[in-house]
Amino acid sequence: MSAIAEKYLRQRLLPHIWCPGCGHGILLGAILRAIEKVGIDRDKTVMVSGIGCSSRATGYMDFDTLHTTHGRALAFATGIKIARPDLKVVVVTGDGDAAAIGGNHLIHACRRNVDITTVCFNNNVYGMTSGQHSPLTPFGHMATTAPYGNVDHPFDLCDLVAAAGATFVARGTAYHVTQLVDLIALALENKGFSFVEAYSQCPTYYGRRNKLGSAVDMLEWYKKNSVPVKAAATKDPQELKGKIVTGVLKKAPREEFTEEYQRVIDTAMARLKGGRS
Amino acid sequence: MSEGKVVLLQGNEACAEAAIRAGVRFFAGYPITPSTEIAETLALRLPQVGGKFVQMEDEIASMAAVIGASLAGVKSMTATSGPGFSLKQENLGYAALAEVPCVVVNVQRVGPSTGLPTCPAQGDVMQARWGTHGDHPTVVYCPSSVQEAYHFTIDAVNASETLRTPTILLMDEVIGHMREKMVIPEKVTILERPGPDVEPGEYRPYDVSRSDVPPMAAFGAGYRFHVTGLYHGEDGFPIDRGPKAAQLLARVCQKVERRRAQLASVWSESCDDCEVAVVAYGSPVRVALRAVRMARAQGIKAGLVKLGILWPFPEEAIRDLAGRVKAILVPEMNLGQIVIEVDRASKGQCRVEGLSRVDGELFTPPEVLEAVRRVAP
Repeated sequence: MSAIAEKYLRQRLLPHIWCPGCGHGILLGAILRAIEKVGIDRDKTVMVSGIGCSSRATGYMDFDTLHTTHGRALAFATGIKIARPDLKVVVVTGDGDAAAIGGNHLIHACRRNVDITTVCFNNNVYGMTSGQHSPLTPFGHMATTAPYGNVDHPFDLCDLVAAAGATFVARGTAYHVTQLVDLIALALENKGFSFVEAYSQCPTYYGRRNKLGSAVDMLEWYKKNSVPVKAAATKDPQELKGKIVTGVLKKAPREEFTEEYQRVIDTAMARLKGGRS
Repeated sequence: MSEGKVVLLQGNEACAEAAIRAGVRFFAGYPITPSTEIAETLALRLPQVGGKFVQMEDEIASMAAVIGASLAGVKSMTATSGPGFSLKQENLGYAALAEVPCVVVNVQRVGPSTGLPTCPAQGDVMQARWGTHGDHPTVVYCPSSVQEAYHFTIDAVNASETLRTPTILLMDEVIGHMREKMVIPEKVTILERPGPDVEPGEYRPYDVSRSDVPPMAAFGAGYRFHVTGLYHGEDGFPIDRGPKAAQLLARVCQKVERRRAQLASVWSESCDDCEVAVVAYGSPVRVALRAVRMARAQGIKAGLVKLGILWPFPEEAIRDLAGRVKAILVPEMNLGQIVIEVDRASKGQCRVEGLSRVDGELFTPPEVLEAVRRVAP
């Protein structure tokens, strides 16, 4: 076991519950390496998750950890961060958790720009409930609730959060793990709402049903079909169809909520002192 | 009245001021009539005392944010009305099982659905008890005056913190919007949640070896603990089905149930010799008091019992009352919710009748008096 895993994982809760070949362990490792790289205070860091395969990750991490209700992780995290701006807050969520039931909380977290780092484990499927289509299942793909092929069109989640006001947006995959560590580290360092979409292979419920092969095959697919953001800029949209554009997609700092609110407190307290309330 | 400053306040404002007095420093909410003034007052007042107000995107998010803030060690509250209360139920259940203190104010309006948004009702009594999925503990305060809105808000915060359970302040539109004279007391009792007295490495967030209310650490204090909405062991981590799961649910329910007598808030007038008792809660108490006095003037031996706490239900008080009177009348602004509990607690010792009004209007004293005459022996 690596030094990182020994340092940051709750050993007695291992082995984890994820299926053989699942990419979530790789992503969990990437988060921990990014934390090590950035060097944040572990006792002042809270890990928050919703419900789903991804959301079990918080239990394994030796921090203050909160496993919430389905889709609501960002709303719980918002309360933690606003109540205690001195804490670092990281949200681990899945594609169904973040983009379907949690879609409203996601866009408003972006708009509000509270300093929260969100890593979305995108395995294109509802894994915990055994393979229903999610808002990120590609059009035409098979799922237990799309037995004739998915007729729902997926979100481009990074476009969505960028438009909603996230101040740092990036995308990576479980194959490009070194890059992913760097992306999460940058997200952790951004003061404001940061979002990293991380592709994670689900050979059990998504890959098998769509004949995508083994976990290794799916990782190979990520390798072949990923386009770095700089290279993508030179291609036309038709060429990028079905590709995964990776790297930092947006970085546009603006006023962070808790800092703005501190100004509200300072003003309100000064007025009260001055007897003008 | 106790010593203090005499003020003219609205029920919603009194609730907001009391929350600050009780130590609430975080409020998350979503605007909804007739509770909105609580959010508006706290948006203005909380930053003055270094607290935080946030208007969330919906009621579900508000409840979630309140739980998050509470886990971070800050006394937290939200306020809503009817439809918003329905939306909060999912995370209310979370707070009950994960034992996170927080207060939910529901200023009731007429339902179901959008109903009559600006009119009073008491239709959420059973939702306050059984709103979320699964069995769960419930503590529900029900003020019938602005003064009580103030006191019960403080009580709701104190009970929530000391019992580690969400508590509900169930008002109705009349109490929420009514402006009346009240006294801001000089002294109030403020209670804090039980904290851990062990080293971080030894902390177990659901350790009940010393009390059925486990000690609660705050996130960021170095205890590195886990909180989940799954059934969990004393260490906070998920457990599977079996005896431990049943024990967990039994404990979180019993910690409230076994304090029923201590929590009970029952006030009565003219009940020593009465033959017909009116049992009321919320704004109908005010009408019932007038009706009882009118009945007495007409020679009817009527009395009033006011319920300040609806859940846990004051079983013993009602059972004793039922043994002493011929009839009980329960006027409520719903089709009959607490009357069922009163009937159950009465154990057939006397006649129990309900009086309903669900047209968005409060009862009138003659209306209640007529019902008293009807059930009087």
